[in-house]
Amino acid sequence: MAVRTDDLIDQLAARPRAIPAGAVQRRFVGVAVAGGLAALVMVLAWLGTREDLAQAMTGRMFWMKAIYTALLGVAGFWALERLARPDGAPRKALLFGALVLALFVGMGFGQWLAADWEHRRSMMMGGSWKVCFRYILTLALPGLAATLVVLRGMAPTRPALTGFAAGAFAGGVAATVYGLHCGESTMVFVGTWYTLGVLGTGALGALVGRWALRW
Amino acid sequence: MTETEAALKALMLLSLDGDAPAYRLLLSQLGGRLRVYFERRMRDASGDVEDLVQETLMAVHTRRATYDRAQPFTPWAFALARYKLIDHWRRRKVRVTLPIDDYVEVLAAYAPEPGSAMDLDKALETLPERQRNLVRDVKIEGLSLAEAGDRAGVSEGAAKVALHRALKSLGERMRGRADG
Repeated sequence: MAVRTDDLIDQLAARPRAIPAGAVQRRFVGVAVAGGLAALVMVLAWLGTREDLAQAMTGRMFWMKAIYTALLGVAGFWALERLARPDGAPRKALLFGALVLALFVGMGFGQWLAADWEHRRSMMMGGSWKVCFRYILTLALPGLAATLVVLRGMAPTRPALTGFAAGAFAGGVAATVYGLHCGESTMVFVGTWYTLGVLGTGALGALVGRWALRW
Repeated sequence: MTETEAALKALMLLSLDGDAPAYRLLLSQLGGRLRVYFERRMRDASGDVEDLVQETLMAVHTRRATYDRAQPFTPWAFALARYKLIDHWRRRKVRVTLPIDDYVEVLAAYAPEPGSAMDLDKALETLPERQRNLVRDVKIEGLSLAEAGDRAGVSEGAAKVALHRALKSLGERMRGRADG
């Protein structure tokens, strides 16, 4: 043992910096803004916005998509706000996320099953099902990395679950921004491919979090 | 225990506002409790106890922003201690499970100030002899329930029940004294 405990205490207590209330929440809001901006820059510089953006923004579906993915991000934020603390209980947040997901996916598949047989394929696959998952995951990477870096300075004690929440958080933000590019407008498409994009980012976060979130 | 929590939480709230004397007091009070917590769980590696106390105090310091002011302080601090202990065992390839709330007994047993130790002695004197011996054996000398039961000539289960009753009436007696 290099230092005596009393000396260590003297050092730590010498000039304690004041910690503002809500410090944890503030940091994650900062990460959401930074991750959202990074995704926006990627959409503008790489994918391009959808051509009918101005018109689409007056429609219902554009906002339904945005609200769904944003709520998934909110669930991730809420879960992180708990999981960043050593004794945090994320149950309500995870339940909220699962509820949002089940509601939207349920409505999507309800519409899908009610549709004519010959329309079902195009409703589900749209024109971009092959790239949707990949684009959302890619747009989410900067936000995921930033979230994990911030979490390393906090005190998560469940690395895989915390990594998953970080991925859902970053994925929700990225998927919301991706709506500026993606012209798909059926609920079953969003319920399937956007959901997979967000959950896939969550899975990646869990995988990386298992070793990145040890302290 | 609840008095300890209230005192430590008050110190933590002051510390978060940058109060250095409160923070120093908090860390040393917490350090003593952490030492008891780790000693009880590391009989076979007592040389590492002080390292873990220091690591946990460092974690309390660098990660204190994750304390939620609306929540109790001791579960937060001992969740950090538990994480450090599990991490310590993981590095030594020992697999264990630890209950989350087992620090409560440490808080119940820890009596740092000489004044309160004297109060405890007085309150102990008022207990029946068997209960008094049981509390001494388990909570002060640190014997296991089975060992203490052997001494008193009862089973481990009976010792556990008797100890629980003894601590309860002891708590009532000490509270009565503080109120009066």
